[in-house]
Amino acid sequence: MIDFINLYLVPGLAIGSVYALGAVGISMIFGILRFAHFAHGDLMTIGGYGVLTAVWFIPAHPLLLLPFGIALAIVSALAVDQFFYKPLRKLPTIYTVIASFGVALIFRSLAQLFWSSGNQVFISGVRMPVVLFDTFRISELHMQVISLTIIIAVALHYFLTRSKLGRAMRAVSDEPELAAVAGLDTERVVRWTWVIGASLAAIAGVFAGMDTSMHPNLGWNLLLAMFAAAVLGGIGKPMGAIAGGFIIGIAEETVTYTWFSDEAFISPSYKSAVAFFIMVALLLFRPQGLFKGRLL
Amino acid sequence: MEMTGLFFYLVSVLIAGGIYAVLCLALNVQWGMGGLFNAGIAGFFAVGAYASAIVTTAASDKHLGGFGLPIPLGLIAAMILAGVTGWIVAKICVRLKSDYLAMASVGIAEILRLVIVNEAWLTNGSLGISGVPRPFADLVQGRSADLVYLAVVWFCVLCVYILCQRLYVSPWGRTLRAIRDNEDSARAAGKDVDWFRVQTFVIGCAIMGLAGGLSAHYFKFLSPSATEPLLVTFLVWVMLMAGGSGNNRGAIIGALAIWFIWSATEILTSRLPPEWITRSSYIRMLLVGLLLQFVLQKFRSGLMPEKSPKIRSD
Repeated sequence: MIDFINLYLVPGLAIGSVYALGAVGISMIFGILRFAHFAHGDLMTIGGYGVLTAVWFIPAHPLLLLPFGIALAIVSALAVDQFFYKPLRKLPTIYTVIASFGVALIFRSLAQLFWSSGNQVFISGVRMPVVLFDTFRISELHMQVISLTIIIAVALHYFLTRSKLGRAMRAVSDEPELAAVAGLDTERVVRWTWVIGASLAAIAGVFAGMDTSMHPNLGWNLLLAMFAAAVLGGIGKPMGAIAGGFIIGIAEETVTYTWFSDEAFISPSYKSAVAFFIMVALLLFRPQGLFKGRLL
Repeated sequence: MEMTGLFFYLVSVLIAGGIYAVLCLALNVQWGMGGLFNAGIAGFFAVGAYASAIVTTAASDKHLGGFGLPIPLGLIAAMILAGVTGWIVAKICVRLKSDYLAMASVGIAEILRLVIVNEAWLTNGSLGISGVPRPFADLVQGRSADLVYLAVVWFCVLCVYILCQRLYVSPWGRTLRAIRDNEDSARAAGKDVDWFRVQTFVIGCAIMGLAGGLSAHYFKFLSPSATEPLLVTFLVWVMLMAGGSGNNRGAIIGALAIWFIWSATEILTSRLPPEWITRSSYIRMLLVGLLLQFVLQKFRSGLMPEKSPKIRSD
C-alpha cells in the first residue's frame, strides 16, 4: 500500500499536474478560439528551454527562474497568433488547426536549432526523496510540482469567477455572439487567453523537463494526454481540464501497478496509450466531458 | 560515371516521389474531397508497410509469419489492414467536429508506433524486418532493378490517380463535395453525411496503406524509424496544400515539386561542414513549417486549383 502511494500515486499526481497545466490552455483556446491547438506541447518545450537557458546564466533554483520561460512562451504564442493564426480567423477553423500543426514543427525545429537535439538536465546529480512520517518517500520536486499546481488552480478559479477579465473570457467561451453584442472586446480576450495558456504551458514544460530531462520532443510527446485531459474535463472548462489532467496522470501511472497478479496490470511501455483509450471512450459515450463542456 | 550516378539518384528521387504522390492522392480523398483532417498519415503508412512486409517475406522466427506470399497479395493486405484501422478511427470521430478526428488520428498513429516498437513477436521490434522482396527481383539484377521498381511505383500512381479521378467525378464524389462545402444542406437533401465520411476516410487510409507497402518493398528493410511520424505526415500535408487540395493532378504535382525541393536542399546541405549538417536538417524542417504557413495564407488554392466538373443535366 505504501509502495502504491510512493511509486504510483504521487508520480501520477506529479505528471497529472503537468497535464493539468497544459490542458487548461488547450481547453481555453478550444473554447474561445474554437480550434485544437496542436502546437501547445511544443509551446511547453519552448517555455522549458527558456528556463533552461536562464539556469545557465543565473545560479538560482529553476523554479525561481520560471518568469524567463513564461516570458518566452508568451512572446512566442502572441507572435504565432499574430502572424500565423489571426490571418486565418475568418476561414473555417480547421485551417487554423493545420496552421498550428505547422507551428508545432516550427517550434520544434527552432528548439533543435538553438538548444541541440540531445537531453539536457536542469540540475545535475541525484536528489534523495524526502521521508515523511517514516513511511512516505516523496521527491522534493514532486511536492513542489503538486503544491504549485494546486495554488495555480485556485488562483485561476478566482481569476475566472471574480475578475472582470476572467468573466469576459468565460462569456466569450460560452456564447461568442452574445459576448460580442454585449460589447466585450474579443481580441483582448483572445490575447489574454494566449497569455494565460502560454504561461501555464511554460510552467508545465519546466515541470516535465525537471522530472525527466529537457529535449525537443518533450512537449509533443505529452500532447495526446493533454488533449485527452481537456476532452475529459469538458472543452472550455479550465477547472475541468485540471481535474482531467490529474485523472489522466493518475490513470497512466496506476495501470502499471500490480493490481491482479504479480505482474504490472498494463506494461509500462503502453502507459501513453491509456490517455488515448480514455479519450476514445469519452468521444464514444460522453463527448461533452465529465463537467458538461461544450460539444463543438 | 558521374552522369550515371546522377541518373540513378534521379531515379531514386522519382521512386520516393511516386510513393509520396500516392500518399498525397490518399490525403486528397480525405481532405480535398471530404474535408477530413488526418494527422496520423504516418500511422496508416506504417500499418501498410508492416502488413505487406509480413505477408511477403520468407518465413522467419524473428517476427510474425513471413508468409512468403506474392507481392500483390501483400499490397492488398496492406490496403485492407490500413483501411480497417481507419474505419475504427472514423467510426468514433466522424460525428464530432473535425478537430476531434485530428486528435484521434494523432493518437492512433502513436499507438501504432508503440505496438510496432514493443511487440517484437509481431514486428521484431526496433531491429526491424529484413529481406522484404521486391517485385520482378529475379528478372533484373543490380542497379537497373531500380528502374523496374520505378515503373511499378508509377504504375500504382497511375491506378490510384484513375481511381481517385473516377471517384471525384462520380455522383459519390459530388455528394462528398456537397458535404464538405455545406454539411447542413447535404443532410437536408437526405444524404447520410456520417456514412459518406466514414467511406472517404477508409478509402484514403487504404491508399495510404498501399503507399506504405510500396515503400517497404522499395527499401527491402523495415524498422520503426522508417516511418518517422512527423516528417511523413507533415511533408504530405505541405505537398497537398501546395499542389492544390481537391485536384488529383495537383496532388501529384505538389508531391513531386515539394519532394524535388526537399531532395535538392539535401544535396546542397550535404556539402556543408559536418557540424552544420545536422543543424541544416532542422533548418529544412523550419522552412517546411514556414512554407506551410505561407501556402495556407497566400496560396490556398495551390498550384492547380480545384475545378469542379460541369454538372450535366440529362
